Amino acid sequence: MDMNQYLEIFIEESKEHLENMNQSLLELENNHEEMSLVHEIFRIAHTLKGMSATMGFNKVANLTHEMENVLQSLRSNEIELSENIVDVLFECLDTLEGYINQIINSGEEGDFESDYLVKKLNQILQGEDESRNDTKEEISNSTEAINGDIHIEVEEFSKNVAVTAAAQGYNCYKMQVDLNPNCMLKSARAFIIFNTLEKDCEILKSNPPVEDIEDEKFDAGFELIIISKLDGETVRKKIMNISEVENVLIEEIDVTELNVQTEDIEIVDEEKTEDNKKDESNEKTSNKSKKPRLGKTVRVDIDRLDNLMNLVSELIITRSRLEDIDDSGKKHNMNEAIEYLGRITTSLHDAVMKVRMVPIERVFNRFPRMVRDLSKELGKEISLVMLGEETEVDRTVIDEIGDPLIHLIRNSIDHGIEEPETRKKHGKPEIGTVKLIAYPDGNSVVIEVEDDGQGINIEKVKAKAIKNGLITEEQAEIMDEKEAVNLLFKSGFSTADKISDISGRGVGLDVVKTKIEALGGLVEVKTSQSGSTFTIRLPLTLAIIQALLVNVGLEKYAIPLNSIKEIVTIDSKTIRKIQEQEVVLYRNTTLPILRMNKILQVDVDGQNEEDLIVVVVKKGDKTAGFVVDNLIGQQEIVIKSLGKYLLGIKAIAGATILGNGQVALIVDINSLF
Amino acid sequence: MAEKITTTDNQYVLFKLDNEYYGIDILHVETIEKVMDITRVPHAAHYVEGVINLRGEVVPVINLRKRFNLPQEELNDESRIIIISVEEMVVGLLVDASSEVLHFDFDAIDEVPNFSDKLKNDYVKGIGKNEDRIIILLDLKKVLGNTDINEEM
Repeated sequence: MDMNQYLEIFIEESKEHLENMNQSLLELENNHEEMSLVHEIFRIAHTLKGMSATMGFNKVANLTHEMENVLQSLRSNEIELSENIVDVLFECLDTLEGYINQIINSGEEGDFESDYLVKKLNQILQGEDESRNDTKEEISNSTEAINGDIHIEVEEFSKNVAVTAAAQGYNCYKMQVDLNPNCMLKSARAFIIFNTLEKDCEILKSNPPVEDIEDEKFDAGFELIIISKLDGETVRKKIMNISEVENVLIEEIDVTELNVQTEDIEIVDEEKTEDNKKDESNEKTSNKSKKPRLGKTVRVDIDRLDNLMNLVSELIITRSRLEDIDDSGKKHNMNEAIEYLGRITTSLHDAVMKVRMVPIERVFNRFPRMVRDLSKELGKEISLVMLGEETEVDRTVIDEIGDPLIHLIRNSIDHGIEEPETRKKHGKPEIGTVKLIAYPDGNSVVIEVEDDGQGINIEKVKAKAIKNGLITEEQAEIMDEKEAVNLLFKSGFSTADKISDISGRGVGLDVVKTKIEALGGLVEVKTSQSGSTFTIRLPLTLAIIQALLVNVGLEKYAIPLNSIKEIVTIDSKTIRKIQEQEVVLYRNTTLPILRMNKILQVDVDGQNEEDLIVVVVKKGDKTAGFVVDNLIGQQEIVIKSLGKYLLGIKAIAGATILGNGQVALIVDINSLF
Repeated sequence: MAEKITTTDNQYVLFKLDNEYYGIDILHVETIEKVMDITRVPHAAHYVEGVINLRGEVVPVINLRKRFNLPQEELNDESRIIIISVEEMVVGLLVDASSEVLHFDFDAIDEVPNFSDKLKNDYVKGIGKNEDRIIILLDLKKVLGNTDINEEM
C-alpha cells in the first residue's frame, strides 16, 4: 500500500508525540515517584510504535517496542526508576528524533542503528530480573504445560508481570479471539478489541504481535495474554459484544505454573533483533521508491475554520448583492455593498491570520531539554523559567525563530552564567536563572532571553573588536556602552580565540541578527553586572502590514507604519551639516536627516524646497528623519517578495501591489541607519 | 518524459534583439507578455529594468539589451517580456520582439564559434540554423548569473 499520503500526518504527529515524551521525561527526571508520567510515556511509546509499524518504519517500531518493555516493567513496579534509566530513555528519544528527522529529509529512516540502545534497555530489564530471580525461583516449574487450544507462549518478561499482577489480586488469562472470516477491516476490528480490553485489562502479549495485527498480517484470529481484575467470563462477554467477533476462548493461567528464566530472555531478544534486521533490509529495498513530499502544515482549531467559512459565505452573499445592483443601478446600494465588502475582507484577513498563528510554546518546548543537557555538560546548575508560552506568532516565524533562540540561550548559559563558586563569591544564588519571556506588544511580539549572569564585559568586547579590525582604538575610546555591545552583532567580530563546543560569546550573533532582521524584526541587548537581556521584537504577521505610501520623485514607496514615529515639516534652513551628515535640532534632540531620493537613487531632485516633509522613523531608541516628496496615505499592504533573483537588494524589503496594479517597493527602514 | 522533449524535441522560443535572433529553450518559458508598467528597483544591477505585477506576483525584469551592452532603444508595440523560470527563479526578459517557436534538429545546432564580438560565448549554448537565419541559443543560467558582461570584456 502506498503510505506516502500519510507520511505528512505521520511526521506531524510523531513530532508532537516526541515533544510530549520529552516533556514527560523531563518532569519524570525531577519527580521519580510520579507514576502517571510513566504511564504517559508508555502511552506515547505505544502510539509511536503502532504508527511507525503501520508506516513501515521498523526501526522506530522496534526501538519503541523495547522502550515499552522497560516502561511496562516500571509501570508494574518491577524495576525501580533510576537516573540511568531516565538517561537511557532520553537517548532513545534522541534516536527516535533522529529517525524522524531522517524521514523528513529522505522519506526513510536511514542507517542509524539503535542496537546498542536495545541492548541497554534489555540490560535494564535483565539487571532487574537477576536481582529478582531469588525471590521467584520458588514459584517456578514446567513452562510447557500451557494446555488447551490456545498456543500462545508466555515470554519471560510477561511472566514476571503476570506473577506480580497475581500478587496484587489480578487474574491472568490466555485468550483467543476469532474474527468472522468475512470481516473486511480486520485490523480496525482488532483495534476495537484492543481498545475495549485496555479499558479493564492490561495486554501483556499478543500473537501475532501488535505490529502485525495493525498491519493486518494475521488470519482470522489472534491470541492474547491479559491481566485483569475482572473474571474471565465478563471479559469474554465484552469481546463477544463487538460485532464480527466469531468466537472468544478464555482461560485462566495459573501463575504458579510460570517459570522465570533469565537466559531465555536473551535468546528471545536476540532472535527478535535478527528478525528485525531482516525486516529492515527488506524495508530498505521497498522504501527506495518513496520520495519525501513535505509541505508545512498548521493544525487549526476547528472554530477558527468555522469562522473562516462563515466569512467566505458572507463574501459570496455580497457578491450576489453586487450582481443584483447591476440591474437596479442605484449608486446608494453600491456604496453600501462595498462598505460591507470592506468589513468582510478585514474580518477575513483577521481570520486567516489567526489560522496561521501558532503558540510559541512549540518552539519553547525544546528548550528545557537543551538547558538540562547543557547544565549537565558544563556543571552549572540552571533553572529555566519560561513565561508567555501561549503567545501566538505566525507559523513562518515559528520555523525561523528556533535557531536564533537556541543560540541566545546557549550564549547565556555558557558565557553569561558564571561557575557556581564564582556566583557564590559574588553573593548570587548558586543556581543560575535563564528567563525566556514572550509577550505580544502592539503589532509585534517580543521575546526576551534574560540571564542573571556576569553580563557582557564591554572592555573585552572593545579589545576584541580592535583586534579583529572592526574599529580603531580612537573609535573605541569614544564609543559608549551601547555602541560597544552592538559590536557583538557585527559579522567578523567572532573569529573567537576560544571556540567552545557550545558557543563563544559573539559566535554567530551576527547570524542571529541577520535572521531576525530577515523576519522584519529587531534584536537589542541590555547588559549589566547582574546579567544581560537579549530582546527580540518581531512583527506579528509577515504577510500583511499597515504602511505609509509616499512619493519620492515620481515613484511610490511604502514605509512600514510600525517603524514610523511621526511626520513633521521642517524648514530646510534649520538643517545643519555636521561631518557631511545633515542634522536638525528637533524637540531638543539632534535628528539626522536622510534624503530618500539619494538613498533610493531617484534622479528627480525636488527636495530643495523650503518646507521639507520628514518622516521620523525609530529603530530601537534611535531616530532618523527621512525626507520624502509627498505623502499619499496609509494603506494595508500585502508584502510580496522580490523573488530569488533580486535577493538581498539594499534598502528594499519587498514589494507590494497597489490598487491600480502598479508595483510599489517597501523601504527597508531598519537597514538604513 | 521531460527528458525526452529536451533531447529529441529541441524547441526554442525566438526573439529579436538589435537585429539578431536569439532562442531560449521553450521548457524555461512560462508566458510572453506585452510590456506593462515596470517599477524601477534602486540598487539593483544596471540591467535590471525593474519589477512588474504579473497577475499578482512580483517578477523582476531584465533588459536584455542592457545585459548584452547593446544600444538602447525606446520600447514600442513590438516589445515583449518573456517570462522564464530557471531553477525556481521567475524572471522576465525584456526583448525587442518575439513571435515564433522553432524546432531544431540536432544537426541544425552548431557548436559556438569563437567570436569575440559583443557577446561573450559563455552566454551562448549553441548556434541554431534555420533557412538563412542564424539564431543564437542562450544559456539562461548564465544570463541570469551574477557575472557582469562589462567586467569580462
